[in-house]
Amino acid sequence: MIPQNFEYSAPGNLRDALALLAGGNAKVLAGGMSLIPLMKLRLAAPEHLVDLGRVADLKSIREEGGTIRIGATATHYDIESSPLVRGKCPLLAEAASNIGDVQVRNMGTIGGSIAHADPAADYPASFLALEAQVRIASAKGERTVTIEQFLVDALTTALEPGEIVREIIVPVEPANAGVSYQKMVQPASGFAIVGAAARVRKSGGKVAFVRVGVTGLAAKAFRATGVEKLLEGTSGSPADVQKAAAVVSDGADANTDLHASASYRLQMAKVYTARALTQALSRAS
Amino acid sequence: MATTITKTETLVGKRIRRQEDPRLITGTATYVDDIKMPGMHHACILRSPHGAAKIRSIDIKPAQDLPGVAAVFTGKDVEGVGPVPCGASLPGLRVPPHAILAKDRVYFIGHPVAVVVATDRYIAADALDLIEVDYEPLPTVTDPEKALAAGAPAVHPEWPDNTAFLYHQEGGDPETAFKEAEVVVKQRITSQRLIPTAMETRGVVAEYRSAEKSLTLYSSTQIPHLLRTLVSQMLGLAENHLRVITPEVGGGFGSKLNVYAEEALMGFVAMKIGKPVKWIESRRENFQCTIHGRGHVDYYEVAAKRDGTVLGLRLKLIQDLGAYHQLLTPAIPTLSVLMMPGLYKFRNVTADIVGVFTNCVPTDAYRGAGRPEATHGIERMMDLLAAELKMDPAELRLKNFIGKDEFPYATATGLSYDSGNYAEPLKKALDLVDYHKLRQEQKQAKASGRLLGVGISTYGEICAFGPSPATPAGGWESATVKIEPSGKVTVMTGASPHGQGEETTFAQIAADELGVPIDDVIVVHGDTAVVQYGIGTFGSRGTAVGGPAVYYALQELKKKIRKFGEMLLETTDVTVSGGQCVDNRTGKSVSLAQIAGASYRAMKLPPNTEPGMVATYFWEPPNFAFPFGAHIVVSEVDRETGHVEIKRYVAVDDCGNIINPLLVDGQVHGGVVQGLGQALYEQAVYDDDGQLITGELMDYAIPKASMVPWIESSHTITPSPVNPLGVKGVGEAGTIGCSPAVVNSVVDALSHLGVKHIDMPMTPEKLWNLVHQGGQA
Ligand SMILES: Cc1cc2nc3c(=O)[nH]c(=O)nc-3n(C[C@H](O)[C@H](O)[C@H](O)COP(=O)(O)OP(=O)(O)OC[C@H]3O[C@@H](n4cnc5c(N)ncnc54)[C@H](O)[C@@H]3O)c2cc1C
Repeated sequence: MIPQNFEYSAPGNLRDALALLAGGNAKVLAGGMSLIPLMKLRLAAPEHLVDLGRVADLKSIREEGGTIRIGATATHYDIESSPLVRGKCPLLAEAASNIGDVQVRNMGTIGGSIAHADPAADYPASFLALEAQVRIASAKGERTVTIEQFLVDALTTALEPGEIVREIIVPVEPANAGVSYQKMVQPASGFAIVGAAARVRKSGGKVAFVRVGVTGLAAKAFRATGVEKLLEGTSGSPADVQKAAAVVSDGADANTDLHASASYRLQMAKVYTARALTQALSRAS
Repeated sequence: MATTITKTETLVGKRIRRQEDPRLITGTATYVDDIKMPGMHHACILRSPHGAAKIRSIDIKPAQDLPGVAAVFTGKDVEGVGPVPCGASLPGLRVPPHAILAKDRVYFIGHPVAVVVATDRYIAADALDLIEVDYEPLPTVTDPEKALAAGAPAVHPEWPDNTAFLYHQEGGDPETAFKEAEVVVKQRITSQRLIPTAMETRGVVAEYRSAEKSLTLYSSTQIPHLLRTLVSQMLGLAENHLRVITPEVGGGFGSKLNVYAEEALMGFVAMKIGKPVKWIESRRENFQCTIHGRGHVDYYEVAAKRDGTVLGLRLKLIQDLGAYHQLLTPAIPTLSVLMMPGLYKFRNVTADIVGVFTNCVPTDAYRGAGRPEATHGIERMMDLLAAELKMDPAELRLKNFIGKDEFPYATATGLSYDSGNYAEPLKKALDLVDYHKLRQEQKQAKASGRLLGVGISTYGEICAFGPSPATPAGGWESATVKIEPSGKVTVMTGASPHGQGEETTFAQIAADELGVPIDDVIVVHGDTAVVQYGIGTFGSRGTAVGGPAVYYALQELKKKIRKFGEMLLETTDVTVSGGQCVDNRTGKSVSLAQIAGASYRAMKLPPNTEPGMVATYFWEPPNFAFPFGAHIVVSEVDRETGHVEIKRYVAVDDCGNIINPLLVDGQVHGGVVQGLGQALYEQAVYDDDGQLITGELMDYAIPKASMVPWIESSHTITPSPVNPLGVKGVGEAGTIGCSPAVVNSVVDALSHLGVKHIDMPMTPEKLWNLVHQGGQA
């Protein structure tokens, strides 16, 4: 449980950070909640760590043009406790509050979580339901990609060498929307066996808008468009919800591990999707 | 000479906060890893990545060449060091030679192969990566039943049947009992392998002073004196040249009731390199190389009459031993057999144990050590019998309990239960949950589709280990009590408390006996150069055996106090009370400080009395103590997910007289949490290749605070007649009582689906399968 030697830099601004990362063998350190354990087990042995913790402004959470922009080094605690996020993007606050334990939420960051791309991480379900965008920066410039473009596979993202996540951009939730994140917790790690995020809006007694994201089930989180289509336009009755949630696992290549077999995960994805939808509907006005 | 100021308040029985807490909660306590010494080196251990393999060759040269590396040792360097000891003896026991480093073969994942010593821990870890070991992997077997099957890979090639021992015990006439039975219920019941997971992993600092030929070992252990005796033998060092110090110990739960390869290895290294050396176990090493607990596959049969009267009990117990015997490995299942009748009048019992070698780390004592398995077995069987007879499980238990007038009670397994009133805690627990109303609520809940269950466990345990003839290393405990010249009191206990709180309970006892404030007393332990020989803390013996030793040492001391008091007061009739010696006729008194001062100054001595104010007592208990109790769990299974919610947890424990209710609560809570861990979450999983799949806390689920229900803890009090304090022991009770109560509640919740038994851990997926496949897992 002892890492190999490494260089450590803690630049104070983004430009310096990106310049250090452009060099090649450097790796970003954010909260260290995923990276440090890997280094201790010697499953990762970066030569150079560039700590983003002191980069000015990278932690900020702000509202801009109908979106909330969350800096990469905002911690899970910053997000769950931010009045702005709680008020205007409550789904993300709920997801953040479900991560790990207090210590992990105090240290772990949103950028680190998404860059690490653990298939059982909580945020991606919400990011997909929110149709989030990821603002990426490198010494060469910037680009913004959709969350679906960003998440490539288990532990694999669209980040190129030298690039960092700079911001996550999510929409401001309309006041009448209802949201919910429901998670089956892996009892050892606290990660999601499955997690489902739902956003709904109602209009004239019908479900007018549905977004569902699912994490933990497969190698990468996905948006359950089949569920969305089935529920949209219905009255959102318990039967409608069950019927829609029943297709969430269709076509999914489910993970299997010590804590849940593939077939059980497929079942639980339906249960938690139904629970998320039910709660979101009850919260929508 | 002053008149008496009597200290009337007694401390025994009060909820007194722990004396040891300030240093623990302010982070100022010293654990092994806090020890730093000039010139100290650091060791890291290379461990087998295979469950079984031959070692063809080891190349340590590249590691030796790394700057900062002081030495690298392998199996052939330590041939002079004696084997890791097994303290248990059973007839015909096969004891594989257990060298401190593997030589030409490894037997389990994590088996130590080489040690690197370097100027810092990082260099030592880097050097490990440079050692090249050429392994020839061999087939492994990690499941004890598979290990017994014909053609299974042999863990030790010399014993192809993988059988370390067979053990038979019988009482009464089980054959007739089963012949005459009106009903027989049978069940295979497992108690899965668990990882003790003490918060502090093991660690050793060794310092050798060559001019004095003296070695000091700082080790996170439960048994400093036994460790000294055994490690000195391993190293061929005079015992009085070895000093063992246990600084703060961050939890043991039995996993540090042992002598480990690393303890001797660090002594060896320190003697070789002439520098202090530190080794701190990583969490991964802790999971792979510190003993595991449980590991039973049990086949039970109960014979009974239709009216519920139990007649006979038959057990075939398959114990997964792992690849070696650690200190007590083969003895643990014999405790299960001793306690298999539980609290019931089984007059006819028979048990056969097969001890099985597997390519896993050894099993050994883990909180409860053999008794949780036994209690789980008998308490599950009582519920199976109740279900078979359509009897209420509480009623069945009440019918078969040993009566309160039958103590001491000789069991069919050869024990003598000291005292008991088994119906009382059960009745109290039934009242607390309002049992009849609860059963009605359950009926309604089930009718509406909810899966609500009520589970009862009534446990008895053997603790306060124990009379010396019944233990491998002596079952007594020692205490020295000194009054310093200033009147302050020092208690030295041979038990080595490590979280149980005896620095407080023993101080309470001493303060009451002498009538001094608790802050005048300190309790010292865990240093073989300071404290008289002792046995240690395990088997719920600290207070139940160590406490009486303190008590009797105090009585000896009081005799001497009285002699000096009589001399100073020029009288012949005195009482020790309120920190004074009081002349019963005049009321005049002298303080303990005056008495102690006089005893050390020794201007004048009472007749036939030596100077000084010190008394030592080695107390041999006449019997074990047998605590008991009843736990009731109300649980609900989520039909959609299989998740278990514990809605109520009621624990009524009888541990005899209670010295400090706050500490007893703590022991019950901690014990119950570990029982919940076994019932619901924990299992050490090896795959068929011998890899430990649950190799870290990200996969091995111990309960966290948010996963633990409110525990309603209360007591009945049946003093033990075996010691003057009337105490029993409570360190393991919670764990022992818990798991069957939880499993019984969940089986009860699913009983209408045809579910009769569920093996632990009861994971949501397992329960979901039972619910959705009509009771078939
Ligand atoms: C005990 C425990 C329990 C946990 N439970 C949960 C849980 O329930 N749910 C959950 O979702 N997660 C859980 N986590 C993971 C946690 O959320 C981590 O915080 C997160 O995965 C990584 O964030 P970090 O800031 O710590 O990143 P780090 O560990 O510092 O970095 C992780 C990876 O991302 C890279 N990286 C970091 N920041 C950036 C950036 N801005 N741009 C590009 N690359 C970057 C690093 O180079 C590294 O490869 C748990 C972790 C622990 C230790």
